[in-house]
Amino acid sequence: MAPLTEPSAGFKFDNVKRNQLLGDKGYKLPTATKTGTTIVGLIFKDGLILGADTRATAGPIVADKNCEKIHYLAPNMYCCGAGTAADTEFTTNMISSQLALHSLNTGREVRVVAAMTMLKQYLYKYHGHVGAALVLGGYDVTGPHLFTIYPHGSTDKLPYVTMGSGSLAAMSVFESRWRPGMSREEGIEVVKDAIEAGIFNDLGSGSNVDVCVITKGNAEYLRNYSTPNERVQKEQSYRFTPGTTEFYAPRVARQAQEPAEMDTSA
Amino acid sequence: MAALRAGEANLGTTIMAVEFDGGVVVGADSRTTTGSYIANRVTDKLTKVHEHIYCCRSGSAADTQAVADVVKYHLDMYSAQHGEAPTVKVAASLFQEICYQNKNNLSAGIIVAGWDARDGASVYNIPLGGSLHRETFAIGGSGSTYIYGYCDKVFRTGMSRDECVEFVKNSVSLAMTRDGSSGGVIRLAVITKAGVERIFVPGNMLPSQYLG
Repeated sequence: MAPLTEPSAGFKFDNVKRNQLLGDKGYKLPTATKTGTTIVGLIFKDGLILGADTRATAGPIVADKNCEKIHYLAPNMYCCGAGTAADTEFTTNMISSQLALHSLNTGREVRVVAAMTMLKQYLYKYHGHVGAALVLGGYDVTGPHLFTIYPHGSTDKLPYVTMGSGSLAAMSVFESRWRPGMSREEGIEVVKDAIEAGIFNDLGSGSNVDVCVITKGNAEYLRNYSTPNERVQKEQSYRFTPGTTEFYAPRVARQAQEPAEMDTSA
Repeated sequence: MAALRAGEANLGTTIMAVEFDGGVVVGADSRTTTGSYIANRVTDKLTKVHEHIYCCRSGSAADTQAVADVVKYHLDMYSAQHGEAPTVKVAASLFQEICYQNKNNLSAGIIVAGWDARDGASVYNIPLGGSLHRETFAIGGSGSTYIYGYCDKVFRTGMSRDECVEFVKNSVSLAMTRDGSSGGVIRLAVITKAGVERIFVPGNMLPSQYLG
């Protein structure tokens, strides 16, 4: 058996070489399932607002018409996820648990930069193979914070952000409508319209709009804030009237008979 | 050398640093791209790693942020344990160590610049292979290829602080117009013994030049 050695400090890229070797030997690496999504966030006067559509896809199939993409991280922090659905779910769950322990250890409300750093270091470690593209928002002692986190582990801090396949449609709304110091009502309206731009113009996004408003000491989750795709009464009935199909004569056949009752008495 | 992975945020960049008597001027454009999409048009590619030491990042956003975070951590430990600020040379050597040892897995071109009590103002360039060069002025990133001739022609030793600021502004602005991966605004930092002064040049206030 090899002797135990002290792990070396710094970066390790052992798994990259292993994966390369496996690939060269003909092993097909599994392809990750990616979901089309529109997720957004913006800063307004009193805090920040997150938004997401609710469509989950598996290739060309809509897997879930009303899923939740705004994940809970901490009482003062939520995180929208795009990319591989399983990865966003597990990554945010795991970081959420670490944040809870962190705030219990320190006895303080956990800061948004702490969550951002934990997420980016985790994602960087996996070189983009954990396919989580995130919009992180929260309010801490230093005020409101909004970040985007890419699957490779890079981060940006901006006053308004979009991510996912519908990000271009959503960003066009933000670039024309976002202003510094917007009110809560204005902010929600712009977020809703940005997500709807994704829902209507991006094939990967659809169904409803979820919104989450985070202010000092408060987080309000507005599930299905807007439902622009509700099924309505069909304008025409496709019922066939009796007698539509002609027939010569009726014949009633008896179906297989039930078996005779068994005597179960002793 | 590690090529950029699909979907990775890229700092296709113009970055620059110039030494003057008593300080340095560092500058950068503000564009971050993912393919042909501008993921961030107001990026700050000038990252503080210690009180008087900054680095200019080019290449993969994820890689350069991770490397800068690690160096920042080591420099914080250094100043806490030694009771004095690290020199720019120490910071640059740390960057080189990480960039060289992981050269096959990183795409990071970094310029380190700052002021320290031992050597005064200094600029170090660490290009892709992980070599380390002390230079009186350094340019880097995809946009720098367009301005090598301009910089060599215009640069003079012994320029004043304000002349250096103008030099960086003009050079980065020229690169931004020719390089599609560079653009947005110009971010500058003047680092002297007295501290750091940040300068912001909005997109509509860039130096004018021939635009066809």
